[in-house]
Amino acid sequence: MPGRTIRVGTLARVEGEGSLYVRIRDGAVADVKLKIFEPPRFFEAFLRGRHFAEAPDITARICGICPVAYQMSAIHAMEDACGAAVAGQLRALRRLFYCGEWIGSHALHVYLLHAPDFLGYADAIQMAKDHPEIVRRGLQLKKAGNEIVACLGGREIHPISARVGGFYKVPARQDLRGLEERLRWAREAALETVRWAAGLPCPEFERDYEFVALRHPEEYPMNEGRIASSKGLDIAARDYDQHFVEEHVAHSSALHSVMRGRGAYCVGPLARYNLNYDRLSPLAQAAAREAGIAGGCRNPFRSIVVRSVEILYACDEALRLIAAYEPPDPPAVVVRPRAGTGHGCTEAPRGILYHRYRLDERGTILDAKIVPPTSQNQRTIEDDLRQCVSESLALPEDGLVARCEQAIRNHDPCISCATHFLRLRVERR
Amino acid sequence: MQNNGMAARAGLRMLVIGVGNDLRSDDGVGLVVARRLKAHPHDGLAAMEHTGEAAALLEAWRGVDTVILVDAVITGAGGGTIHRFDLRAREIPRECFRCSTHAFGIPEALALGRALGLLPRRLVLFGIEARSFAPGGALSAGLEEAAEEAAERILQEARA
Repeated sequence: MPGRTIRVGTLARVEGEGSLYVRIRDGAVADVKLKIFEPPRFFEAFLRGRHFAEAPDITARICGICPVAYQMSAIHAMEDACGAAVAGQLRALRRLFYCGEWIGSHALHVYLLHAPDFLGYADAIQMAKDHPEIVRRGLQLKKAGNEIVACLGGREIHPISARVGGFYKVPARQDLRGLEERLRWAREAALETVRWAAGLPCPEFERDYEFVALRHPEEYPMNEGRIASSKGLDIAARDYDQHFVEEHVAHSSALHSVMRGRGAYCVGPLARYNLNYDRLSPLAQAAAREAGIAGGCRNPFRSIVVRSVEILYACDEALRLIAAYEPPDPPAVVVRPRAGTGHGCTEAPRGILYHRYRLDERGTILDAKIVPPTSQNQRTIEDDLRQCVSESLALPEDGLVARCEQAIRNHDPCISCATHFLRLRVERR
Repeated sequence: MQNNGMAARAGLRMLVIGVGNDLRSDDGVGLVVARRLKAHPHDGLAAMEHTGEAAALLEAWRGVDTVILVDAVITGAGGGTIHRFDLRAREIPRECFRCSTHAFGIPEALALGRALGLLPRRLVLFGIEARSFAPGGALSAGLEEAAEEAAERILQEARA
């Protein structure tokens, strides 16, 4: 094939700024680089010298879409460091908080970021002109999630109520009851979303991923569980650093995370779903069966169906938690600092989010480590692209570029979290 | 900052939505205008502060007849210049706004609202020309005065 170069100025519909470079030589993929040129943000350094109680609100600022995830991982790590445990309704409220974030984040991605790829639109605004009822449903679903976050956290973005030990303020029973009507609507809308997503035209594509997600004895994982993989890993969060390592690569200002001795792995909805299908509610399982993915899903393009199942589950779970809610008193347990190291790993919408903090006896943070899901998926995204381009060489140039962009968006990368714009360049020689 | 995105206000004549981020100097000028108007309640007029997130904006103005958005803009005019745009009559280039790659903002809210039939009957933007979006809470010279003048002009429209 003669030398050809394709340049796409901006890849939209990802959070943050990065670019993609693909080189094709003699009809084969010679190089793939997901380049992240957003400058590093130094959050781990900002945290040094701060009080342990500040970490949830400082780290929440890493992301406007998944601030609850940052708060939860920070809080669990601090409680681990200080030997505290939170149970009962406080624990349940944290789970409800997470349900809100999953619904909001997933609805945004499914309807506004990912769906245009399947239906052939440049963006959700173009899609809205032809499919207004679909986009309206997406916006209303997102709102249902945001309302949970605002109810518990005081506002939709960067909520302010969560603290080490529990909450600064907890909602009254009637406050949560006020969410039920919209959530019942959202559960029905989520069921329709699964059916709609399952019917979208989808490329045939599978990979033998090592999926990594939390696994809890009883629950579909959000805040708690052991870190498990589809290839036998089963560890506590405190052993994370023994099994995972971050590597610097020249083309990315976000570190690449790999499993020691094993390489790339996949986190996020696909990983959670494949490892935890048995923990879904009967309603979510039935929808997954109807969608044809009950036996598992290794096609990242089908992650839109898996995210839809997770929206359904989160609506179902939120309604269950609200029905059983009794306001906890006091709203937080006392957590006294002590010298030591704490580890927290929770399931952000995009996958496991690991925090580690070392504290002195007064609770001053001596050192911090934060590994967001997108850092962990970078290599997997590059591997997906390598295989995807190899299998799609017959596509015309614009089709190939669109397929590459879609393959990246399959993993809903949050480049801002990982360190932002994706510019795409394909070279054929 | 309050972000009462779900504050549907049926029956309200005019809603002023000040948009911005007051940790990024002049980007906070829309919020300053909203706070001035909140401090001087006027019959039929309510004011709110907002992050500008698109889906929440569409919710914020649901059921309201007249909406005035106030935000920092960049058009190349002098700092503090007040522009008034009738958003139902014309589209504003997205380059006028300080856009984030991280979230949907005002341009997307306007485009989505237009596509979905979710725009208020009257929708006006008071754009205040910004000088600086540097980190920090202080407005540049002349921006406080511009915020005061914008608030006064909005009150005049509400009384008209």
